[in-house]
Amino acid sequence: MSPTITTSSEANGNVSAATARAAATAAATAEQSGPRTVTLAKALNTAMADAMHADPSVLVFGEDVGMLGGVFRITDGLTKTFGKNRCFDTPLAESGIVGMAVGMAMNGMRPVIEMQFDAFAYPAFEQIVSHVAKMHNRTKGTVKLPMVIRVPYAGGIGGVEHHCDSSEAYYAHTAGLKVFTPATVADGYRMLREAIDSDDPVMFMEPKKLYWSKDQVDLDALRTEHTENTERGTSSEGRAAVARPGTDATLIAYGPSVPTALAAAAAAAEEGRSLEVIDVRSIVPFDDETVCASVRKTGRAVVIAEAHGFASVSSEIVARVQERCFHHLAAPILRVTGFDVPYPAPKLEHYYLPGVDRILDAVDDLQWED
Amino acid sequence: MTISADHTAQHPAPEDRTPGPAAPGNAPEDAASEAVRKFGITVEDYMLPARHQIQMVGPDGTLNPHTEQGTQPGHEYALPGDGELMAAYEQLVVGRRVNDQNSALVRQGRMAVYPSSHGQEACQVAAALCLSDGDWMFPTYRDSVAVMARGVDPVQTMTLFRGDWHGGYDPSKHKVGIQCTPLTTQLLHGVGVAHAAKLRGEDTVVLAMCGDGATSEGDFHEALNFAAVFHLPVVFFVQNNQYAISVPLAHQSVAPSLAHKAVGYGMAGERVDGNDIVALLAVLGRAVRLAREGSGPLLVEAHTYRMQAHTNADDATRYRQDSEVAQWVAKDPLSRMKTYLTDCGLLDDDRAAGIAEKAEAVATQLREGLSEEVPVEPQDLFKYVFSTPTPQLKEQSAMLADELARDAASKTEAAK
Repeated sequence: MSPTITTSSEANGNVSAATARAAATAAATAEQSGPRTVTLAKALNTAMADAMHADPSVLVFGEDVGMLGGVFRITDGLTKTFGKNRCFDTPLAESGIVGMAVGMAMNGMRPVIEMQFDAFAYPAFEQIVSHVAKMHNRTKGTVKLPMVIRVPYAGGIGGVEHHCDSSEAYYAHTAGLKVFTPATVADGYRMLREAIDSDDPVMFMEPKKLYWSKDQVDLDALRTEHTENTERGTSSEGRAAVARPGTDATLIAYGPSVPTALAAAAAAAEEGRSLEVIDVRSIVPFDDETVCASVRKTGRAVVIAEAHGFASVSSEIVARVQERCFHHLAAPILRVTGFDVPYPAPKLEHYYLPGVDRILDAVDDLQWED
Repeated sequence: MTISADHTAQHPAPEDRTPGPAAPGNAPEDAASEAVRKFGITVEDYMLPARHQIQMVGPDGTLNPHTEQGTQPGHEYALPGDGELMAAYEQLVVGRRVNDQNSALVRQGRMAVYPSSHGQEACQVAAALCLSDGDWMFPTYRDSVAVMARGVDPVQTMTLFRGDWHGGYDPSKHKVGIQCTPLTTQLLHGVGVAHAAKLRGEDTVVLAMCGDGATSEGDFHEALNFAAVFHLPVVFFVQNNQYAISVPLAHQSVAPSLAHKAVGYGMAGERVDGNDIVALLAVLGRAVRLAREGSGPLLVEAHTYRMQAHTNADDATRYRQDSEVAQWVAKDPLSRMKTYLTDCGLLDDDRAAGIAEKAEAVATQLREGLSEEVPVEPQDLFKYVFSTPTPQLKEQSAMLADELARDAASKTEAAK
């Protein structure tokens, strides 16, 4: 049912040939039933291919997404499978890509467009903020913009300047945009399908350092789950997930910081401290219910994000949780975020990124009674 | 009757010409072959505007003699029919009345702001009349008259400026984009609409409008380039009214003309007298026809003048002389058409009175519609942000509802 899509062995420079070979093997076997080793890149690629099969109005375009398959190979094979009218390269102009997608969405299409890197999306900021976000409201819902803007974002890949920004706060701050960010392979598939199905525009923030992360995933089962959710009108959209249950404190993370938070929780467990990890998944809409239920249970929380802490998504999470959970808190909610500096050069990024030790230090500071 | 542009060109007759030897190396094959096939001219002669702006009826209302128009191959224009001209004249009179009525309503405090197209009515009307029902228009904030001429209800059109909501009509129903404020962003939306239509095999043409100052914006470049690269049926229509608020065209561009920018994108450009609706109908009509036939996008620059200030909040005397404005009064698009049509015997006192009556009816509709106190609905703030309100918006909606309920209760209490 699904197209054959190969994962190129010319994957981005940070991936070893062995990893790329493993990904290619995973791709070749993914059509068999049962759990298989799948990368986030493959899950995203499969989600787009499945959506394109399901609906001829789904189009993919952007810079280098055609024959090359995107600089991260996320659109690999789509032009070959669906033709150059369904997946194509555009001139190198981000505002043009987003603005054209607005018009296409106004005229019956469901564009899924790629911004090559986080910081390369800034030329499109006016289109995103002034039109993508506002068209539905301005027209009292008569014009819907069912479009997805995929943004590879955040750091941890040794990228040079302008390739590692955590730009989610700009979009989350703008009323009218949904902002999703998957942290697991299965969520890559699940959330991108939901984003493409959404009648509202979605900023789909893809943690680029997790593109080649692997998991045992049954893509057929995810397809079935998607079909059933569509039929029943149920989905995981807008819901946070408990990535690891715990009792003593809550780590709230999203996107690239979720694996770091899970590693910190595993380390804390060895020291006898039970940390619950919440994967926010959807920054907008934000799942207050799941997050607050966890914090009310544990009474302590640390928010973790790669982005600068000042005026950030992490600031918003802290504010929301303390407004709703104040009487359950045993300590102030702390944050472990990037410093308020421009994203550092590759040799300095490990000082900047929230790491396990910094998270555990914050947990230690949560005014424990013992 | 056929009229074409250039009276200085020394080109040989079309049949003597060798087609297209000097096609630019990077010109799209499609555009070149289309031009050569249709007109038997070089691709440069197709893309470059005629050496003079196309004008058919001069400021004094007389039809320019055919010989004075010249015979530049590929830039030949047929005189629109009498019925088309009379329909256009009626819309011109209505458009002028709309502009004046709306300016009055702003002075009376019935509207927050109105960017008037007084003096540019010929461009406004031609933009609407050149399109078929299935085509799309992407207007700017100054193009209210064009939006109404396209068939949108006048009061709905003015909702944006009255301040009830950011838009008052359904773009999909009328195939008219929202009147766009951020400059040239709407050109890309037009490109997208055309692209979607082309992929479905529909013969939709998009007319995407902007002003002279807007050609400095990055999205102008991106829109023209995308339309050309994807070979889309978009007519870019630039109303060069000489000013971007206070800044004259010379500070925006030193290109030979704005229409000359077309060749840089591999598309055809043309200049037209923006106060001559006869020429506008001919030039835009040809552009729309070529776009529909698959010749790709075109750029049309209309040379006109913003007779009034940018908006009621602007003071035009700070940056331009009354004498300059006076020169343009003599080029008024309505008076020249009135003279022309009267001289042709198409317009007499009775028909003029009938048209004036129609214009007055629209003005009355605007006066009454905009004088009516339409209550705004505070809960609308939350209803349309997303297809389904988020939990956070539901909370905020409940908070506002509670505030309003308490306000109402305290007023009731105070009244007792």
